Amino acid sequence: MKKFTVLLLLILSFATVFAQQSQPVEMADVLRSSGKIYVVVVTIVIIFAGLAFYLFSIDKRLKKIEKEK
Amino acid sequence: MKFIYQTWWKILAVLLVLSTFYTGLLFKAPRLPIIHETIRNLYFHVPMWMGMLTVFVVSVYFSIKYLRNGKEEDDLASVECVNTGLLFYSLGLLTGMLWAKYTWGEFWSGDPKQNSAAIAFLLYCAYLVLRNSIDEEQKRAKISAIYNIFAFPVMIVLIFVLPRMTDSLHPGSGGNPAFGKYDLDNGMKVAFYPAMLAWSFMAIWIASVRYRIRLIEYKKNEI
Repeated sequence: MKKFTVLLLLILSFATVFAQQSQPVEMADVLRSSGKIYVVVVTIVIIFAGLAFYLFSIDKRLKKIEKEK
Repeated sequence: MKFIYQTWWKILAVLLVLSTFYTGLLFKAPRLPIIHETIRNLYFHVPMWMGMLTVFVVSVYFSIKYLRNGKEEDDLASVECVNTGLLFYSLGLLTGMLWAKYTWGEFWSGDPKQNSAAIAFLLYCAYLVLRNSIDEEQKRAKISAIYNIFAFPVMIVLIFVLPRMTDSLHPGSGGNPAFGKYDLDNGMKVAFYPAMLAWSFMAIWIASVRYRIRLIEYKKNEI
């Protein structure tokens, strides 16, 4: 009897595990929402940030020359 | 060299980049698994490499010109082109890494394309280190011009040839179809070609501004 209940328990626990697996995997990942469009948005942000950073470095260099004059 | 002082092509470049924000983000794109909307990165990630390629080609042109006539200005132009090219190189690598994270699963998965791009990046960093390590002006210009001419084909082979001959996750390599396949029937060309052209001009613009500053610095030191 004891063996039987353990067996039943194991079978049932398997059933619950199986039920859990069939549920959709929920990821708390903003960048993966809305068809991953935010990946494109961040790409554009990276490009703009890079250009802005470069602009600042050019500005600094020009300032140096202007000061020497 | 009059070209770099003109304004019309700069306006054109800005307008074309602006147009890609509309056409690239709102026009119809093919519905593909895993990639989803990130296919629109094609209009922002790939033109970075186009911009890089453009200024590197210009840089090689000026290196050859320097070796032919020995004018210091040509050497300065070629250095500033490489500097600008490295900006676009970094942007291309970073945007590529982000794209890879959400399609391939990792920022850096040791893909042949990524690895050889990193090697070629170091190749060009070595160019700048080599330049800065030589004090004598003419020697520096000559050696760096020769290095630049040889670095360019190696970079081309590393980025555009070798990854295509092995298995790579990157489109256009190892049996992976390039996105060109989807361009034709989906009108992606409307956004893609203007973006490529626009970012090439943007790269030349940045390089030309840097060159003009460098020229002033050089003339000042000469006096």
